[in-house]
Amino acid sequence: MNPFSSGTRLRDMIKAIRACKTAAEERAVVRKECAAIRSSISENDQDYSHRNIAKLMFIHMLGYPTHFGQMECLKLIASAGFPEKRIGYLGLMLLLDERQEVLMLVTNSLKQDLGHTNQYIVGLALCALGNICSAEMARDLAPEVERLLLTRDPNIKKKAALCSIRIIRKVPDLAENFLSPATSLLKEKHHGVLIAGVQLCTDLCKVSEDASNHLRKNCTEGLVRILKDICNSPYAPEYDIAGITDPFLHIRVLRLLRMLGHGDADTSEYINDILAQVASKTESNKNAGNAILYECVETIMGIEATSGLRVLAINILGRFLSNRDNNIRYVALNMLMKAISVDSQAVQRHRTTILECVKDSDASIRKRALELVFLLVNDTNAKPLTKELVDYLEVSDQDFKGDLTSKICSIIEKFSQEKKWYIDQMVKVLSLAGNYVKDNVWHALIVAISNAPDLQGYSVRSLYKAFQLSSEQVSLVQVTIWCIGEYGEMLVNNVGVLQVEEPMTVTESDAVDVLESCLTHHSTDITTQSMCLIALLKLSSRFPPSSGRVKEIITTHIGSVVLELQQRAIEFNSIIQRHQNIKSSLVERMPVLDESTFISKRAGSSQANISTEKSNQQLPSGASLKLSNGVAKPAASPLVDLLDLSLDDTPVPTSTSNDFLHDLLDVGLTNSSSSASGTDILMDLLSIGTPVQSNTTPENGSSIKGFNDILPIAKPNTATVQVVDLLDGLASNGSHPGAQSPVHPSIIAYQSSTLKITFSFTKQPDKPQVTQIHATFMNLSSEAYTDFIFQAAVPKFIQLHLDPANSNHLPASGNGRITQTFTITNTQHGQKPLAMRIRIAYKVSNQERLEQGQINNFPPGL
Amino acid sequence: MGIRFVLLVNKQGQTRLAQYYAEHLTLDERRALEGEIVRKCLARTEQQCSFVEHRNYKIVYRRYASLFFLVGVDNDEQMEYTYCGSFTHGRSKQFSSVIAYVAMGAVVDVIAYVNELAILEFIHLFVETMDRHFGNVCELDIMFHLEKAHFMLEEMVMNGCIVETSKSNILAPIQLMEKAS
Repeated sequence: MNPFSSGTRLRDMIKAIRACKTAAEERAVVRKECAAIRSSISENDQDYSHRNIAKLMFIHMLGYPTHFGQMECLKLIASAGFPEKRIGYLGLMLLLDERQEVLMLVTNSLKQDLGHTNQYIVGLALCALGNICSAEMARDLAPEVERLLLTRDPNIKKKAALCSIRIIRKVPDLAENFLSPATSLLKEKHHGVLIAGVQLCTDLCKVSEDASNHLRKNCTEGLVRILKDICNSPYAPEYDIAGITDPFLHIRVLRLLRMLGHGDADTSEYINDILAQVASKTESNKNAGNAILYECVETIMGIEATSGLRVLAINILGRFLSNRDNNIRYVALNMLMKAISVDSQAVQRHRTTILECVKDSDASIRKRALELVFLLVNDTNAKPLTKELVDYLEVSDQDFKGDLTSKICSIIEKFSQEKKWYIDQMVKVLSLAGNYVKDNVWHALIVAISNAPDLQGYSVRSLYKAFQLSSEQVSLVQVTIWCIGEYGEMLVNNVGVLQVEEPMTVTESDAVDVLESCLTHHSTDITTQSMCLIALLKLSSRFPPSSGRVKEIITTHIGSVVLELQQRAIEFNSIIQRHQNIKSSLVERMPVLDESTFISKRAGSSQANISTEKSNQQLPSGASLKLSNGVAKPAASPLVDLLDLSLDDTPVPTSTSNDFLHDLLDVGLTNSSSSASGTDILMDLLSIGTPVQSNTTPENGSSIKGFNDILPIAKPNTATVQVVDLLDGLASNGSHPGAQSPVHPSIIAYQSSTLKITFSFTKQPDKPQVTQIHATFMNLSSEAYTDFIFQAAVPKFIQLHLDPANSNHLPASGNGRITQTFTITNTQHGQKPLAMRIRIAYKVSNQERLEQGQINNFPPGL
Repeated sequence: MGIRFVLLVNKQGQTRLAQYYAEHLTLDERRALEGEIVRKCLARTEQQCSFVEHRNYKIVYRRYASLFFLVGVDNDEQMEYTYCGSFTHGRSKQFSSVIAYVAMGAVVDVIAYVNELAILEFIHLFVETMDRHFGNVCELDIMFHLEKAHFMLEEMVMNGCIVETSKSNILAPIQLMEKAS
């Protein structure tokens, strides 16, 4: 029976599947087919095994499990005929992957086929090996491949060369064995061999410095000759694409030349001429030509090219950028981003065009252009560029607003020379896209306003005006509420009016109206409502005539179903009713928030930010600010604990407002706190919500410097632990700067006065859903724990697998630790963050203890 | 070239050919990935560019009648650009330093990147090769001769690298086999 001419049954199956109207029908057909194939396999039906694999390939493509066909592939590979082997190898490559043990079994067949006399069979084996080989197989079969590199047949040679690439990627130690055969491949005439050889050389350069030195010395000349030949060769029908001979080989050679010329002046000089020739002679009216030009520009940027050549390259990019084809514009933007480090002046010249691209209708182009604009901003052009971007923000697509807003905010913060400009721009952004502004950004705005006494009146007035126009932007509302609470009387009395301002009249009751409308608006969240209540309390002392109305508003919330609001309302009510004498000192204006502390704290988190951003592209920038939020509730003061009702169960943003309350009451009721401590605690409110005690102030100021000194191992001293919390993310960040797989900072998952739990994360790059967590438990008390048991619970969409802990005995005072590893699979990876409840049971001098907690501060992207 | 996968999808979003290189996805992951990509690419208009960034891939796609050819390559951007943090503690420029980090120049990794235009050209070459073999290739040709489409692809790409660009060299082994049978 001939498998390729007959195959009617395969056709029938495909027809049946095509005829299916619904997914359920398709599943039924596939199930029936799979059953038939299984029985055919178990009956050891040789005649049909070929067809079975062909069917399984189709079923596999549709996305159904086909693992039962794997052994059948091995049988086909072991059979003698070429067609059987052919389909067997194809099945092997599709249905198997290197993690599976079945692969071990194929090594022997591969070895035999590599030594086969038929060149096509050798080719099959090489191809399979090149696609699926594992490190072990690479070691076993490397000598065979090496031998095949030296055969005469070009078809075998090219495949052997690519197979070698796989081998040296798997086992870089073997690189030196391949160096001299690879060099000899570059002398061939056959294009397939050349392209494979050039790729092999490129990979050798990547893995070994010696190899790149060797190639630089011995092969540069040959490569230039290859490039010259294909540039100048007459029409070659076999390799011709749109009038250019083999653009793929062009590109490959250019890339290898880039590697050789990178950082090497002599080689760069040597290849200067040929690059100039390629750059000026290649036709740019077809895609193939543009691909070569693109590669050539990249090479010119990558090597130590002469200035003349660079001008040529930049001009090509300029031409690309003004091209009407979107593909060309896209690559131009891509390339300009790389060129900016080489010649930023030249890129600046194209600023207007790039800015136009930000407004393009194509999302891919917009994204590229925005990144590029961000890199282009400097002190001189920041103002006009910001204006352009802010103007565009008004009309941009909803799904682009997030990116655009975060970029604009960074630009505004980075390049603000004067505060007024900064405040103006921020108010604009908040009113246009306040819903997309990250919390840390508006926190920074509040810090800035509190530090500018002469602009406070101006700020509160412009916020008030902006609020009148766009009251649905959450962060604008929040900033406005805060400012009205703090600077309400400046709004009403027109304190510190600047010359540019238009005069406006706002009455006390207007200000209270704003707060009341926010408080009662249906879409306002709890954080905002809590902020409203505080602002109202503050106004009641600033505007004595309105205090009656304020009291009424507050009283209406005494019965609020939200515990947080209810409590605030009751407490504030009693302050208004019974503590009139201390009220005014209670609600004094916030002490000036210290900018430098804020900056250094933010620095800590934004560095962690960068690392996560780098490691995980799916994250919008700045998403990880809350890294250490909600971590470790230290027993800072009993009052805080008392008021801290249900922090664990509320969503993260609310925790900020909870702190607000602590701070307010902390400053007020204890009365003894100095203003310095107030500042610090307020800082926390505005930054990450981890209270830092005031006695660590000197350490806070220099916390950045202390990074290296303080290991993320906690000392029993709580004050230090706080600083460690903040820095933990950084420490782990520093330790894997160049890792390519996503790196997630370790977190302090739980901390009480007696126990500290640290989580660190590892992930396999190819399995984004699965995370391995290494938990370390440390005893902070002075007594040892026995019978230590850790339990964890996760939401339904997460699967959890706990490995046994290494011990159940935990020595006192951090003198030892228990480690435990567990694996979690987030089936909704990218959509829902991890969350976990934990329970720890242990015995202290034979008394049972139980601690519980919830972990919400997993780094994003897990 | 760093090709991570080659996908053929019809207008309805059904996969017609899928080949992954050095990419070990489970079936569910594969289905999810294909679904996401197809939704993203098929929603784009003719005028928009042929490149889409998705997860850690850059997808280069091209449409031929009712068939979409999608090639996933490494999205290298994250590797190439390293933003270095730098803090200005001093108050030289009174207010200039509220923001913490400054994006410093890019550290360009000279190797790890893809030539999107070349991938586009590769797709065209693949289509032309199939065209030469089947004569006016259509979706059904690929469906009913899936293994042949795979053989061709196998001759062109190995382990994510382009190995042969001459149509007659690619088709030679397939024609030989047909003659023999």
